[in-house]
Amino acid sequence: MLLTLFGISLLIFTMLRLVPGNIADIVFNAAGMIDVAEKAKLEKELGLDRPIPVQYVEWVSGLARGDLGYSYVSEKPAIDEILPRIPITAKLAGLALLFAVTFGVPLGVISAVKQNTTLDYVLRVISLSGLSLPSFWLGLLILMAFVAYFGAIPIYTNPPKGFWNTLWLFSIPAMAVGFRSSALVMRLTRSSMLEVLRQDYIRTARAKGAPARTVNYRHALRNALLPVVTVIGIEAAFLMGGLIVTETVFNIPGVARFLVEAIRWRDYPIVQNLVMFVAVVAVSINFLIDLLYAVLDPRIRYAS
Amino acid sequence: MNTKLGALTLVTFAFATLMFAQAGEPKHGGILRIYHRETPPSLSIHEEATFSVNIPAMGLYNNLVVYDQHKPQNSMGTIVPELADSWSVSSDNLALTFRLHQGVRWHDGQPFTSKDVKCTFDLLQGKAKDKFRKNPRKDLFNNIVEVTTNGDFEVTLHLKRPQPSLIAMLASGYTPVYPCHVSPAQMRTNPIGTGPFKFVEFKQNESIKLAKNENYWKKGLPYLDGIEFTIISNRATAVLAFVAGKVDMTFPTEMTKALIADIKKQDATAICEIGPINVSTNLIVNRENPPFNNVEVRKAMALALDRKAFIDIIYQGAGDVGGTLLPPPEGVWGMPPELLKTIPGYGDVQKDREQARAIMTKLGYGSNNPLKIKVSTRNLATYRDPAVVLIDQLKTIYIDAELDPVESSQWFAKVARNDYSVGLNLTGNGIDDPDQAFYENYACGSERNYTHYCNKELEALFDKQSVETDVEKRKKMVWDIDKKLQEDVARPILLHARSGTCWKPYVKNMTIMSNSAYNGYRYEDVWLDK
Repeated sequence: MLLTLFGISLLIFTMLRLVPGNIADIVFNAAGMIDVAEKAKLEKELGLDRPIPVQYVEWVSGLARGDLGYSYVSEKPAIDEILPRIPITAKLAGLALLFAVTFGVPLGVISAVKQNTTLDYVLRVISLSGLSLPSFWLGLLILMAFVAYFGAIPIYTNPPKGFWNTLWLFSIPAMAVGFRSSALVMRLTRSSMLEVLRQDYIRTARAKGAPARTVNYRHALRNALLPVVTVIGIEAAFLMGGLIVTETVFNIPGVARFLVEAIRWRDYPIVQNLVMFVAVVAVSINFLIDLLYAVLDPRIRYAS
Repeated sequence: MNTKLGALTLVTFAFATLMFAQAGEPKHGGILRIYHRETPPSLSIHEEATFSVNIPAMGLYNNLVVYDQHKPQNSMGTIVPELADSWSVSSDNLALTFRLHQGVRWHDGQPFTSKDVKCTFDLLQGKAKDKFRKNPRKDLFNNIVEVTTNGDFEVTLHLKRPQPSLIAMLASGYTPVYPCHVSPAQMRTNPIGTGPFKFVEFKQNESIKLAKNENYWKKGLPYLDGIEFTIISNRATAVLAFVAGKVDMTFPTEMTKALIADIKKQDATAICEIGPINVSTNLIVNRENPPFNNVEVRKAMALALDRKAFIDIIYQGAGDVGGTLLPPPEGVWGMPPELLKTIPGYGDVQKDREQARAIMTKLGYGSNNPLKIKVSTRNLATYRDPAVVLIDQLKTIYIDAELDPVESSQWFAKVARNDYSVGLNLTGNGIDDPDQAFYENYACGSERNYTHYCNKELEALFDKQSVETDVEKRKKMVWDIDKKLQEDVARPILLHARSGTCWKPYVKNMTIMSNSAYNGYRYEDVWLDK
């Protein structure tokens, strides 16, 4: 895991330096002029004139000490800029995943059990729409519908107060971004279930007279879940991409939108540390998924 | 007779009462909510060059003098005192003395004195110990030799040569007075001013909050308890937020004609104004490299332009044809239409293009042998869209152009390196004044003279108009210079765009400036009728 993170840190750092321009270029571009001396002074002030390897070592050693440096734009400690945004995105991502699983898995099972019925066709159309509708378009459509029918707009302008307000404010964007994931989970659960439902042990369970509910949810679903869990893990990491758009449309000041803004400004301390944070989260989720395999399928435990 | 007079008095009184009742007595209280289009780089006006900063930050500060905030057209006649109670000019026009208002305090309680004015100009001219990170308007104050104080409440600017327009620069939203005792670094993150609103917080991507300055030196002001700018970078969301009443006002001068129509359809009560913002879209041609070092090629390009098509296609007709200075009636110094028509490229498009084709044919180009070029521009819609129209128009004179979109951060660096042949650029003017426009964009060696146009004779005329105190005489001189600039194809102006602002009917006393997008955001007497 540490080796993976080291590799990621090298990759982030190098790629960021390969992008043309730095904060000094952006700052002067915003003013519509380039003053070479003032630009060089700013680069020196921010330490951008030092050799790249020195900058890398400084960043990584700072990271090890818990010192993330200062944001070039706000001139505040990077940690103070990043930390308050993490819970916002965590809530949104958590709710989106919850939405994906709560709707995707049961509807996938229903779709498989009721294969080739009207209900199955309807659910398949819904899941296909989920995969093909871009989340920014869906988000805007939701906002327009709210304004047209309720005269209100569920966007973030101030931090919500209380649990229910928070839930209300985050659940709509979470649905917009989680719709795609739920569709993917639904389709995967369906195909995985269809495969499992044809297995001999399911036929045996039915022959033994086990009720359909027990056969479907206890015997079949548990075995069908392994690929679904893998996809949920991958989706959790992919969610970041969807969140960039959703946070922009619903005006949520989370990590994803902040990252895009920081990239635009070439605010290296923010981008490096944020991408590193996302990498740590993705690696941790995959580690948890590996552990979950063993829980779902005892054979994996015995094999290891 | 008496009865008639009595009846007239009664009617007049009734009418006046009705008008007063309609206008309403200003009310104190409430937070004005405006959406902001982006996270501004900082709130230090002197270090930035975008009205994304002026709009939220102008209420934090005061100037020595300022444009009357309720007269849409900024001109010499609309400049009013602010931190300076009065000002006088020496008989030789070389000293400008300001008598300062007494009893003014900075937001942190420190007294405001003449030293602060001196410090501000020292910072602007790079003479202070502390330095700005960047100083985009330092050239505007090159004519100031020295700033001297006479006691705590009198300050004099000593000039190299007479410059009537200096007072206009001082009245701009770009020229607030900064405190001596606060560093430029702190002014970027935690600004202190003397203005009607105090800085509360600035969260990137989230909001900027200002609160009422309870000790504001203008008694009874401001009316608002505060202003909250919610940063909504997605314009579709921002428009919906305005329609739904989540914000009271759109970001000033951000609405297009189409968006305003959409807003009015959804909220008929919204008050929307559309007008020029003094930002020109222009063509920059690298006159140092062949074939554009040949004046004939540049002339042919200027003759190919159909300015009305640009305005109709990109701005649905919301734009104006003009020269360097914003055209009348909103612009004070722009050339009148009858003069514009005499400039090559501003007349009959078909005839001009025939002439352009003749020039190109003479130079060896034709439909089978077109001149192949790249049109470079910043990769932003406001730049890219006119560049595409330009490419289409150049085809009519045997120029086969290809779009070269340049990453935004690299645009000015590329232009400064002269690494382009033809480009499309946007130029904003902080004030509607010839000095700013001429010296900044056309003076030899100026950092923003992107085409490196250098005409010493014309530069002498810049100086001549600059010292002229008679406005009408100066106007004629300015027109001659502007005409010459267009004829020289120094930087052909394609159009001056118009854009709009909308606010809810309960927002009162809101005035949008008609010839600058940088000067009208003090908001000290804006109030909410709620």
